[in-house]
Amino acid sequence: MASAEDRREDVWHDEDAGPVVRPYAMTRGRTQPARGEFDLISLVVATRSIPSVAAGLQPEHVTIMRLCQRPLSVAEVAAHLNLPLGIVRVLLGDLLDKGYILAREPQPASHMPPERIFKAVINGLRSL
Amino acid sequence: MGSGPSDVSSGAALPMAIKVLIAGGFGVGKTTLVGAVSEIRPMRTEEIITEASVGVDDTSGIEAKTTTTVAMDFGRITINDEVVLYLFGTPGQDRFWFVWDELSMGAVGAVVLADTRRLAASFPSIDYFERRGTPFIVAVNCFDDAPRYQSEDVKLALNLDPDVPLVLCDARLPTSGREVLITLMEHAMRKAEPALS
Repeated sequence: MASAEDRREDVWHDEDAGPVVRPYAMTRGRTQPARGEFDLISLVVATRSIPSVAAGLQPEHVTIMRLCQRPLSVAEVAAHLNLPLGIVRVLLGDLLDKGYILAREPQPASHMPPERIFKAVINGLRSL
Repeated sequence: MGSGPSDVSSGAALPMAIKVLIAGGFGVGKTTLVGAVSEIRPMRTEEIITEASVGVDDTSGIEAKTTTTVAMDFGRITINDEVVLYLFGTPGQDRFWFVWDELSMGAVGAVVLADTRRLAASFPSIDYFERRGTPFIVAVNCFDDAPRYQSEDVKLALNLDPDVPLVLCDARLPTSGREVLITLMEHAMRKAEPALS
């Protein structure tokens, strides 16, 4: 008797629903960062050692601070946290707003890197 | 030329990150290539997409939107203190073109991996980068049991512009993968030259 009612349940509670709802609860429903763009390859680094949770931070913020003691890309932070990018961008925005991290956005899409960067990459790849 | 990229958050002391895309049909070896050249184990990041469902009329109206998770595999090569190269495998499904748009934004170039047994699988990637004007090269992944062809014949079969480099590679081998990336970087640098006065 897997009836139409069960199927309707599926519509609302399919396997995607859980992971979507819970992370956005983590950002208190916010979908956009308070500050910053946070491209996939924006590099992020913590400006201080790991703060205590009491400083108005969520556990995920603290985890990001721990990860970013060395520069990491936004994509790497998201992969380490195992959270969707949208969520991680909001969390990073909070930290940028508080001055706990620095971020370097990549070259604007309309600009190719200067020739010396290309040459550095080519030489670097050759010497690996 | 001296001014750096946007460093609104005074992160100018951080290295510059550069993005390269690895595209091609399903099962052509994109993740293998990323894994062979990356200094970290390839990682996966996910984007949750809300999309309006298309094509199906439904009377209830409750299925107007669905969420989809699009996974992207990527790797990293630290070039020096100044530059880090990130390699992103493009998601295979054609309906995720909007993710390709996000990925391609600011990408220095792309490698289209091809398999001579299924050349047509690389057509959508080639079309996409041609349309966008993203510098790209084609790397033929030489699977052990695939027939070998001359590069010129493959270029012809793919209807490539004469200036698009085509190389043969073994996506499993780091040395081969790095050669592919070097070819791409040289090509992208040539393409960028007119803009660099």
